[in-house]
Amino acid sequence: MDKHARADQALLSVEDLAVYFPIGGGVFSGKPQMLRAVDGVSLSIKPGESLGLVGESGCGKSTLALSILGLVNATKGRVVLDGKTVGEDTDRLDVARTVQMVFQDPYASLNPRQTVRRTLADPLRLHGVSNAGEVADRVAEMLRQVGLRPDQADLYPHEFSGGQRQRIGIARALILKPKLVICDEPVSALDVSIRAQIINLLLELQAEMGLSYLMISHDLGVVEHMSDRVAVMYLGRIVETGGWREIFEQPRHPYTRALIAAIPDPLTRGLAREKARGEIPSPLNPPPGCTFNPRCPHAIDHCRAAAPMLSAVDDGHLVSCWRADEFATPISA
Amino acid sequence: MSGANMPLLSVEDLHISLTTDAGRFPAVEGVSFSIARGETVGLVGESGCGKSITALSIMGLLRDPLGLAGGKIKLSGQEIQNLPASQLRALRGKRIAMIFQEPMTALNPLKAVGTQIAEMFVLHQGASWREAEAKAVDALTQVKVPAPAQRAKDFPHQLSGGMRQRVMIAIALACEPDLLIADEPTTALDVTVQSEIVDLMKELCAARGTAILMISHDLGLVTDTCKRVCVMYAGRIVEQQDSERIFNSPQHPYTQGLVASLPRLGMRARHGRRRLTEIAGVVPGITSYPAGCRFHPRCTRRTEICETVVPELTALAEGSLVRCHHHG
Repeated sequence: MDKHARADQALLSVEDLAVYFPIGGGVFSGKPQMLRAVDGVSLSIKPGESLGLVGESGCGKSTLALSILGLVNATKGRVVLDGKTVGEDTDRLDVARTVQMVFQDPYASLNPRQTVRRTLADPLRLHGVSNAGEVADRVAEMLRQVGLRPDQADLYPHEFSGGQRQRIGIARALILKPKLVICDEPVSALDVSIRAQIINLLLELQAEMGLSYLMISHDLGVVEHMSDRVAVMYLGRIVETGGWREIFEQPRHPYTRALIAAIPDPLTRGLAREKARGEIPSPLNPPPGCTFNPRCPHAIDHCRAAAPMLSAVDDGHLVSCWRADEFATPISA
Repeated sequence: MSGANMPLLSVEDLHISLTTDAGRFPAVEGVSFSIARGETVGLVGESGCGKSITALSIMGLLRDPLGLAGGKIKLSGQEIQNLPASQLRALRGKRIAMIFQEPMTALNPLKAVGTQIAEMFVLHQGASWREAEAKAVDALTQVKVPAPAQRAKDFPHQLSGGMRQRVMIAIALACEPDLLIADEPTTALDVTVQSEIVDLMKELCAARGTAILMISHDLGLVTDTCKRVCVMYAGRIVEQQDSERIFNSPQHPYTQGLVASLPRLGMRARHGRRRLTEIAGVVPGITSYPAGCRFHPRCTRRTEICETVVPELTALAEGSLVRCHHHG
């Protein structure tokens, strides 16, 4: 494997990816309906870069993560990891060596019957590290890197606090030295006073190991803090993407603006006019035109008639909104 | 106290104990606060700090292994902590109502939501079922549920999370209670829906003069909803402040730590990416609370006195209270 991919070459590139799930259908109920969980998503991540992925539940961000890992088959489009198309040029082990995942709930995502040592050593053995001494050394070193003591390796998950368990989850993701780590809400299940420890740790490890992150979170504060670029997803599509500064200081899509206005913080008071109405429609039956139009405070007739395409409003800043030009001023109270 | 000066709710020196095989442990200790008519007060803290059981004790809903171990709970001056079950039932729903984090588990899955709202009018106002069902549709209209007459016939599983929480609010506010206790009312919801539900709750309560006690782990949400905030840590209130000031001048080292550790939107643009301030250590469990100030093992300002002497709640300017030997 090429360890030093050129900096301008994408480590991950997702090209017009779509994942549809058939719902219902059978002998008596006729043709199944198609749930378009991910519907034409393109994005890329460079080596060492963090991409924040923002969106509410049901928008398809987890399905997108699973298809990057090769755990869900693409209906259309492809995922290219380190120059290889996932599912065609790679097997499960290749993907696992390149991309790993940190899960939201450190209670549910660790096997309660396995010691930390086994949780960390199994992937090493599976990937051909057979020397017992080397396995032990790498487990100890990994524990040290995530801020745990090597002598804690023989404990079980229940003997750790929530924050420590998330450190174990991070160690498990990094033990194979992957290039890309997908962090799916890595701090939202943790106590508020513990979150900063894990966020700092993830940033330190990124700098040390040159990792790329796909940071999935609904917490815009966390995303702003950790990301170089940000993509906002709504009903299976990316509605806005750009550098963190453009997205948070000059958001052009009404949904991005609504997400910012919805943050309960004294800083966002006075943004009430930007708030979204109602709830996310079912992806089984998306509204015609722009899928955000029923909730959009700025929708006009045209938005109900035709769906806008993702197009550039600035260098690297793409928006899919008919009225994006009207939101060229910074968002402020 | 009487008349206009009397608070709607006053909790005085509340103690709640947890009894296990290993002994009795103080889950809540010396908690005091009061809420005036129509006032909004927040109780903020991390999981296990005792905020939810404080709310349950106000409702008279503590069950084994938790029990009241001292203190008074007064509603309009009347002590309610020792009321018999029948009198408490008359109080609950009528004068104090509560909404919970997960509306799916709080609603009856086998009854139409309209019936569940109507029940309130039948039980507390002696309305007939026919009358009550009509009032239930009105109540759904007030919580801005679209097509309320049809939705009243729906069962909870047919509604989205946001709609279910609207139904919960309709039930809670049906009898125009004096106090609404909201325990993490939006934690299970998406951010844009959370914002709508909170706005709705604030709007309806303001219009009716209903006081709110909001319980949450989210400091931003509580300050956004409430006028005053009580911060709890390990079973004690450590700070009480006006919402306006808590982000700008927190007084207790724990609150200061929390505020500094949050990556708030806009901070990176203003100050660049700084390493977040960490609060060392972990939240202690109920069975192993440290002596003295319970925050001392994690505190950067601790001295010898913190390890042995429990700090008193000290009054500061503008009605703030802080429980720390070295506050400010």
